[in-house]
Amino acid sequence: MSDPNTSSLNPATASESAVTRFFRATEIDTRMLGMVAAIIVVWCVFDIWTSFRINDEGLFGGLFLTPRNLWTLLVQTSPIAIMATGMVLIIIMRQIDLSVGAMLTLIATVAAVLQVQHLAPALGVGHWSIWIIAVLAAIAVGVLVGALNGYLTAYLAIPSFVVTLGGLIAYSKGVAFYISEGVTIAPLDSTFKLLGGNVPSAWMGPQWSWGIALVACVLIVLGIMRGRQERKRVKFALRPLWAEAVLVGLGFIAVLGATYVVNSYPWPPKLIEQYALANNVTIPPGVEDKAGKAVCMAADKVVRCTDGLIYYTGYAIPVLITLAVGLAMTFLATRTQFGRYVYAIGGNPEAAELAGINTKAMTVKVFALMGLLAAISAMVASARLDAATVSLGDLNELYVIAAAVIGGTSLAGGIGTIYGAMLGALLMQSISSGMLLLNLPSPWQNIVVGSFLVIAVFVDQIYRRRVK
Amino acid sequence: MKRTLMTMMAGALMLGVSAVAANAGTVAVSWKTFQEERWKTDEAAIKEVVEAAGHTYVSTDAQGSAQKQAADIEGLIAQKPDVILVVAFDSDAILPSIQKITDAGIKSIAYDVQFEDPNALYITFDNVGVGRLMAKTMLEKGKTEGNFAFIKGDKGDPNATFLFQGIMEVLKENIDAGKIKNVCETFTDGWKPDNAQKNMEQCLTSQNNKIDAVVSENDGMAGGVVAALEAQGLAGSVPVTGQDGDKAALNRVAKGTQLVSVWKDSRVLGKKAAEAAVAMIGGTAMDKLEGVAKFNGGKKGVEMNSILIPPNPITKANLGDVISAGWISKEEACAGAQADVEACK
Repeated sequence: MSDPNTSSLNPATASESAVTRFFRATEIDTRMLGMVAAIIVVWCVFDIWTSFRINDEGLFGGLFLTPRNLWTLLVQTSPIAIMATGMVLIIIMRQIDLSVGAMLTLIATVAAVLQVQHLAPALGVGHWSIWIIAVLAAIAVGVLVGALNGYLTAYLAIPSFVVTLGGLIAYSKGVAFYISEGVTIAPLDSTFKLLGGNVPSAWMGPQWSWGIALVACVLIVLGIMRGRQERKRVKFALRPLWAEAVLVGLGFIAVLGATYVVNSYPWPPKLIEQYALANNVTIPPGVEDKAGKAVCMAADKVVRCTDGLIYYTGYAIPVLITLAVGLAMTFLATRTQFGRYVYAIGGNPEAAELAGINTKAMTVKVFALMGLLAAISAMVASARLDAATVSLGDLNELYVIAAAVIGGTSLAGGIGTIYGAMLGALLMQSISSGMLLLNLPSPWQNIVVGSFLVIAVFVDQIYRRRVK
Repeated sequence: MKRTLMTMMAGALMLGVSAVAANAGTVAVSWKTFQEERWKTDEAAIKEVVEAAGHTYVSTDAQGSAQKQAADIEGLIAQKPDVILVVAFDSDAILPSIQKITDAGIKSIAYDVQFEDPNALYITFDNVGVGRLMAKTMLEKGKTEGNFAFIKGDKGDPNATFLFQGIMEVLKENIDAGKIKNVCETFTDGWKPDNAQKNMEQCLTSQNNKIDAVVSENDGMAGGVVAALEAQGLAGSVPVTGQDGDKAALNRVAKGTQLVSVWKDSRVLGKKAAEAAVAMIGGTAMDKLEGVAKFNGGKKGVEMNSILIPPNPITKANLGDVISAGWISKEEACAGAQADVEACK
């Protein structure tokens, strides 16, 4: 590169097509763009398909691209997406963790048994501290079990495939079954349940959601500005100003768009009714249209609602947790020494060790981190179901690994991104949610999801070869 | 030395038996495993009936091994009991042992697990009936018309399909008459409650919440269904079925968010089997027992005398059954119960 400030005028780049120049200047990962495109295609296909099979309102008249479905989709994706962020690091380090699903079951069981069978009787049902103790216990169990996996792998030199295969067999149907005696533990503490986003008090509402969006927008601007300063400091090639502006613009569109969507999903009518009754809110007289759709009068305006009273959900707590986890993990992977070590070990373990990285300690840390993420996921999943069962995490390890792989993580190690894995999880959940919406025979769902996994990796390899 | 000791002990045992009463007999049970909690409940029920009738109860535990079970049965035959109840670990591998029982002139009962031998009596719960019972309760106490969602079990498990057949048998009339509309019908991978929750969420979205009733094939999945309904404020107003008598489900019945949990009380099964054994010792022929009928629904279609016990659909009205049976404590069942649940007052 010549003068960093004039890269767009560089003769070497002037001959490139406008598209190539755009991607070079903005440094947007075209792989990620491919994933986003795939997700949009899947969404549109399902939307059009549902509009033919079941008629409803929405873009193209379909059911998929409705605030309600997209909102539900985000919540449904959360548990897998949270764990996928950790699996990426594990796979980058040339390890595997097959025990995440079993860990999830174990952690959820411990947290549930603790709050239902021990804390609730001791402190009284609904005591304020129950959820805090349960959360701390879940995190402690997760980190410990994860660290154990890592210790056996790193210090006793047992292959992680074997260690975690053992865990897969032992943790859920063994230890968790022993703790819960195989019984479904329910219902959970009412505050703990908020982590699952299944109740109105776990919904942020439009004001808070816009507030969060605003903070996110400010962070985007600050992040871009800081990055530019940093590049100047180390005399790195700068992005042209227009490219920075484009990035900020895209960030704003994503954040505000998502916020707009979740803010357009009204509370279910029955919940509005229950809330109004419980809080002495008068429900304006309403009329239902012939189709029974919720179109009614509030004062003198015609609005879409139950009976003229309407609340919007905004972001659900589990979605915020997932986004926070994604941000934190991205920061950890790309901006810290810890992250650079992970990539270094994955790229070449021997070289990393010779360079003075304590690979064994790093392995333990990364597995412990995976345990922590399994704990977060366990809390979201069990709170959402309002129960802990011995089958809760079954097969989750496969979905988590599939999400990471669809998201571009190389099983050979060294390559992978956090956002890729999260988008992979979203893509897989989109397919299965869409097929459920269409009420397609369930064997088809397995066939499609399975095929998609293989095709995604195939396309990814072609892409990588062409880039080289 | 050991053998002599065993023979002496067996002899002593038989002496003891004949000392009790002239017509006293022995009922033997070969359990497949004692690791699962439930078999202890069965044993207590059997023992009670047998001993109350003045007979002797002996048993062996195969510890989950077909070989050990074969040896166990030989040992039991040597003790010359009148009836042997067998909970088969492997329903095919057990057949030679059953033949030996018959050859020794002893009656055999296939308890809970079927093995296909025409000389044996088969006692179990009416499994096909569970589906019918769910649907019947739905029609009687839930809804008779409207949009129905069907949350089926794992597609790899034949029981999911058997249950569904039973359900459809009962609902068919109303479906044909156009009263019931099957709007969602999904299998649930691994019978997992969280998958059932997703299935139900998507079903509610696709039908814009216009769901009048949900037929879920077990209690675990019913939990997922109720969680999905709860998020839409519909829990309690949409009846949901289930089976197994799960504690969480029985609590939902009390709270009104689940209509019914079809419950198979192993105490009833043990009692009926023991009563049949006692009756046979008393000289009643196998095909003259109370409630006996021909059954040929097994893999090979062998016709057997069988007693199929109807399970108990637990609703708000008879929640007391599970509490008085000691299956669940009143506190567990009644936490947050609705005011009209008699058993919780």
